[in-house]
Amino acid sequence: MTAFGKLVRTTAFRLTLVYLFLFALFAASLLGYFAWNTRRMITEQISTTVNAETGELSEIFGRRGLRGLVFNIENRALRPGANLYLLTTPAGQAVAGNVGSLAPGVMGTIGWSETAYRRLDDQDNTDHRALVLVTQLSSGFRLLIGRDLEERRRLFGIVAKAAQWSILVVVVLGIGGGIFVARRVLRRIDAMTGTTQRIMAGDLSGRLPVGRSGDELDRLAGNLNAMLERIEALMTGLKEVSDNIAHDLKTPLTRLRNRAEEALAKSATEGEYRAALERTIEESDGLIRTFNALLMIARAESGQARGNMDDFDAAEVANGIHELYEPLAEDGGMSLRVKTAPVAVHGNRELISQALANLVENAIKYGKPVPPAQPQGAVISLDAKQILIEVRRDGNQVLLSVTDHGPGIPETDRKHAVERFVRLEASRTQPGSGLGLSLASAVATLHGGELRLGDANPGLTATLAIPALKGVSDRLAAQTQDVPQKVA
Amino acid sequence: MTATAPDMRLLIIEDDRESADYLVKAFREVGHIADLAGDGEEGLSLAQSGDYDVLVVDRMLPKRDGLSLIGVLREKGNRTPVLILSALGQVDDRIKGLRAGGDDYLPKPYAFAELLARVEVLSRRHGGPAEETTYRVGDLELDRLSHRVARGKDELTLQPREFRLLEYLMKHAGQVVTRTMLLENVWDYHFDPQTNVIDVHISRLRSKIDKGFERPLLHTIRGAGYMIRDGIR
Repeated sequence: MTAFGKLVRTTAFRLTLVYLFLFALFAASLLGYFAWNTRRMITEQISTTVNAETGELSEIFGRRGLRGLVFNIENRALRPGANLYLLTTPAGQAVAGNVGSLAPGVMGTIGWSETAYRRLDDQDNTDHRALVLVTQLSSGFRLLIGRDLEERRRLFGIVAKAAQWSILVVVVLGIGGGIFVARRVLRRIDAMTGTTQRIMAGDLSGRLPVGRSGDELDRLAGNLNAMLERIEALMTGLKEVSDNIAHDLKTPLTRLRNRAEEALAKSATEGEYRAALERTIEESDGLIRTFNALLMIARAESGQARGNMDDFDAAEVANGIHELYEPLAEDGGMSLRVKTAPVAVHGNRELISQALANLVENAIKYGKPVPPAQPQGAVISLDAKQILIEVRRDGNQVLLSVTDHGPGIPETDRKHAVERFVRLEASRTQPGSGLGLSLASAVATLHGGELRLGDANPGLTATLAIPALKGVSDRLAAQTQDVPQKVA
Repeated sequence: MTATAPDMRLLIIEDDRESADYLVKAFREVGHIADLAGDGEEGLSLAQSGDYDVLVVDRMLPKRDGLSLIGVLREKGNRTPVLILSALGQVDDRIKGLRAGGDDYLPKPYAFAELLARVEVLSRRHGGPAEETTYRVGDLELDRLSHRVARGKDELTLQPREFRLLEYLMKHAGQVVTRTMLLENVWDYHFDPQTNVIDVHISRLRSKIDKGFERPLLHTIRGAGYMIRDGIR
């Protein structure tokens, strides 16, 4: 397609043509209306003057007879810019006036007519046109009074010329403007197309140019960029996951293989074989768990679990998890408490339970209070050993948080901590897959919320913030008015 | 491992030859009778003609998929308990499987101990006595209606969840119950905790029902789970 062809095919150019046509039509009709009205006005003016003069002369004829009339006509005819006058006998012979010749038959019709004429004193041999009124006087004389139409013709000419010019200007400006706008739009679209093609070719970091005007194209570009951002994040995530899976599954697989090999080579007694096999099974169970967690994260991130959502009370989930983990916390020398108010959420109950369970497991594993620097009299207070699960509503969000008073996570590490397989320095000695926070974060994202890691001074507050379900919450709250808060 | 339930007749419908052979062998070793079908059609005709205690059905099968096989069986009034094995382990797949008429769902890869425990529980449910109101194991007695638990002459005080845990264990007395089964049936969670959370609950329960008594009733079965039974094997 040629550049011009492309230009002509743009929506902007086509719209311009439509507007152009409409404007030209408008200009033409405006001028036409103006011309027609002017012409009517001039004609009216002429007929009024002619009528008046006819009346005057008829009166003169009645009062002073033919002689007076002739004298008067000659007098008037000699004035500069005079009207046309012609007085004829009943036989049709001219008696007085300034008319040299007329179109034949004009004097024969009484009343208004338009005719070609020539003045007596005309030097040039051109015909002029005039509007004339022929009246029948008594005794067969006929009087013609008329006015030249040159003025009207000239005016009409001016209007016609104005019409030509204005239409020309409208067309030129219109097409020029159309090309200008179309090229501008086309340039931006071309830039966008170029970027999209680059992106399609594999460069996911490309972004569409966004102007500063904030017009519809900028908004479109902005939205497309947001979409690209998401796609890039997903692709990067996918790549990271596959890299991490390769790494994190290969390492235990290698270990597994080495152990089996070693057992085969070195084991002598049945007991040794047994121990080696048991370790092998343990190792593969860990692998399976890691794999399941990865699948779960992938599923949450891809949004597949959206089909499995219903409305439920977040407080029930928190109480359930508290009930499940309370003995475990106590075994680890901590205490797990729960503080909830009924809040309805719409989501996948199983996934939210699991996310919360992960946060609680983390708190139990890593949330042990750091012993003070001075060992003497270092009694860690009971409060410091407390892990609190809290569910509350904050505006239009439901916050499910788990707070411990352990070492916490330094602010610089928090973002990093959510990534898959990331195990912060402090946690490397503990068993775990490094997927707990990733899963919690993926679950929060699936529900349109986020996982926030904050400082509990000292300690960590991990919060699942997800949108609250409007209406149902209030109903739930009303149902349980008598027990507004449950503290276990 | 030894069989903890009377011999069962099992039908395994699985197209992967190696895992099928492994299952048949493993079930036979613990004393059960296991038949094998390699595809959905063969599985369906065997399931309809034979008198099986439990069917172990792979979800993805040649000729007829597992869920449709179960659907046909249930339509014809065959109520044999079915355990679905599937590589699709997600919650919604499990729900789909149970809705199609399956009685239990086990994602691959699984431990044989887990499969065995679940199959035995299913089989007991199939042929076993109707739900009793009182469970008894040795001198331990649990009344499901009044929520009373007593060991010998001693009345025991249990938390509601401990009661439900014990109730589930006693309902399947003499059978191995795995941690996952407990998490699913007592707590209704279907995820893997990364910690030994169930063990802690069990040890609390154990301290209430076994502590101070000469004969322990709640046993840990290594590599599998827990079992409540009277006497030492």
